[in-house]
Amino acid sequence: MSYELIGITVLWFFLYGYLIVASIDFGAGFFAYYARVTKKDHIINQLISRYLSPVWEVTNVFFVFFFVGLVGFFPDTAYYYGQSLLIPGSIAIVLLAIRGSFYAFESYGSKDNAVYMFFYGATGLLIPASLSTALTISEGGFIEETANGVQLLYGELLTSPYSWSVVFLALVSVLYISAMFLTYYADRAGDKPALELVRKYALFWSSPTIIASLTTFIALSQQNLDHFQRALELWWVFGISVAFFMVAVFLIYIGRYYGLAFIAVMLQFLFAFFGYGASHLPYILRPYITLTSGVTHESMAIALIVAFIAGLCLLIPSLILLMRMFLFDAEYVKGKK
Amino acid sequence: MFELDGATISRMLTSMTLLFHAIFATVGVGVPVMVSIAEFIGIKKKDPHYTLLARRWTRGYTITVAVGVVTGTAIGLQLSLIWPSFMQLAGNVIALPLFMETFAFFFEAIFLGIYLYTWDRFKNPIYHWLLSIPVVIGGTLSAFFITTVNSFMNQPQGFEMENGTVTSIDPLAAMFNPATPTKVFHVISSSYLTSAAILAGIAAIFILWKKGSTYHKKALKLTVTFTFLFAILTAVAGDLSAKFLAEYQPEKLAAGEWHFETEEGADLIVFGTLNENNEVENAIRIPNALSFLAYGDFNAEVEGLEETPVDEQPPLWIHYMFDLMVSIGFYLLGISLLFLVFWKVKKWNENNRLLLTGIALAGPLSMLAVEFGWVYAEVGRQPWILRGFMTVTEGATTSPYVGWMFLLFLALYIVLGTGCIVVLRKMFKDNPAELELERLFPQVAATKEDDQS
Repeated sequence: MSYELIGITVLWFFLYGYLIVASIDFGAGFFAYYARVTKKDHIINQLISRYLSPVWEVTNVFFVFFFVGLVGFFPDTAYYYGQSLLIPGSIAIVLLAIRGSFYAFESYGSKDNAVYMFFYGATGLLIPASLSTALTISEGGFIEETANGVQLLYGELLTSPYSWSVVFLALVSVLYISAMFLTYYADRAGDKPALELVRKYALFWSSPTIIASLTTFIALSQQNLDHFQRALELWWVFGISVAFFMVAVFLIYIGRYYGLAFIAVMLQFLFAFFGYGASHLPYILRPYITLTSGVTHESMAIALIVAFIAGLCLLIPSLILLMRMFLFDAEYVKGKK
Repeated sequence: MFELDGATISRMLTSMTLLFHAIFATVGVGVPVMVSIAEFIGIKKKDPHYTLLARRWTRGYTITVAVGVVTGTAIGLQLSLIWPSFMQLAGNVIALPLFMETFAFFFEAIFLGIYLYTWDRFKNPIYHWLLSIPVVIGGTLSAFFITTVNSFMNQPQGFEMENGTVTSIDPLAAMFNPATPTKVFHVISSSYLTSAAILAGIAAIFILWKKGSTYHKKALKLTVTFTFLFAILTAVAGDLSAKFLAEYQPEKLAAGEWHFETEEGADLIVFGTLNENNEVENAIRIPNALSFLAYGDFNAEVEGLEETPVDEQPPLWIHYMFDLMVSIGFYLLGISLLFLVFWKVKKWNENNRLLLTGIALAGPLSMLAVEFGWVYAEVGRQPWILRGFMTVTEGATTSPYVGWMFLLFLALYIVLGTGCIVVLRKMFKDNPAELELERLFPQVAATKEDDQS
């Protein structure tokens, strides 16, 4: 395996990790606000904050990790994405900043502030929408290089059916993943009322998720036929993803094995995400950066891979410790510690 | 403001983000050290005052760390958004420390989460204290890695430039460039110093305004002691940094010291003003001290600013930044020493109002010194973004929208800054230490009469 392929695989894994942990967080923010509006906040807010408080910072790091790693392995992305994404990128930073700090202010400082809750819920939907721009423009056709540097074509972006279907997919899958996770967590906590509520959310958001996946696929064929055809060659990967989707929804529907159901959700997105990523290659940003043209020098790539392996040796045991203490410690989840 | 050119606005935006982040980053590196020390003393002495101290500091710390995390994320992204050409080039050479910094940050984030939620989870409190060690290590390592990146920008090496593309990259040589040791040492020691001074300032204010209890007096003694130790360390680091500058970045030292002509036995100019002919007025001149500062020899030759081409000279106002930073450093050293002397001499009262006011001032002053120091270091390498390779203008984005982004981020920092202050105030105002001591350690609060003293 060449080092640029190792590099992009590693980065893709981190983006996938971010997709899962951030979706739980973003969706939880929305559900917390929604529950407040519908006067059901007493049922699930305790549950959400018990999970989120110890892990919100870790969520953020997955994202930092991805973009720092991307610039490291593929320095050209800094130039093209940096030039073109100034506005959507800055808006995403501001939203992330408001969200992260307000979460801390809320949970460690003043309790139960309606304004905080609103921002927390709203940013949970706006952030996935603004971040998905970066994936959209990677398909090509949204930026142009002129003598004055690289420009993002806002008109193209805002009128493209593909870009809107990506935004829609991002939104519904955030809510779906989050509800699926909360269902599992509520079950662990033995919290019946919360379980009933989030289980309904999970079932509700499952159908838009699968519909949005299909529409995005169709829109892709309009936007970038090459990519669409490479995706069709990997049809079996997407098939496995759909199979896991059905397993997850079935388990939630019959109301048993919530842990397995969430693992099925993770596998559903793992296959879909890697299928999407693999068919995207060899382009990273079409047509300016390919896997081989944009890669950093060999010595740096090797140094990064070594650092990455050393870092994982440190991180994996720490993450396991974190999960054992707050995710899989039944006493903690139930609120007894 | 939109008449300014893109590079200038880009610089303003980055300065604003960094100056705001520096406040929280400095506290983020230093406070865990103080927390860990306090918790350890609490366990060893079986004194719940110290344990409570560690707990309350940690609680305030979570708020500042949140702002630190989000502004740090902002910088990470802004680097590529505002300086795309620079990052394209630098990404090839310094990706390694940037990447490792996120590992350190990851490590710290995981253990901070665990540390915060496990205060009462272990029978033996030493296990909880052990969890503070990775937080300290993670914070300090982040500072280390990110400072190596900044050192590289000051003293680039580990690559070759051929027709605008970089070749022969040596990631470790880039990371461990000549600027790295002194810069890292100075950044870490001053972060520890600033955090200790701020915590000392808070304790002093409590004793001044509210006749603080034994708890606050113990806090004061602990924090001032460490302020003194870290001040010595920072002074040593600062001296080494000056010697580094003299050898590798003479134009920064020369501009900072208003040293225009190369000469032996150079005088050190303290404060003063410049007239329109760039002549120094109203300054205190310490004969031969600059030579000593730069080379440890009163008669050494120090390179003057005239040796640097005019268009590569840093602005001369950085002299004030240098002087303010150094003066505050010595003030911190002096005031903490004075307190320690008053404390050790039995008949003197270390809690006299004048001394306490001095310590209360030390907190905000130390943070200002950090900001002045960074401004000196960063503006002192103008016009370069990568000294000798790329100017700031070449590195900046060409997007016409940076001005609007400046306003957007200005609004963000105002909101974050205000939120942070409001929440911190609320957190401690309604929950004084005495009440919390009673709640958490009722047996201690009931049996000890010392809280009335």
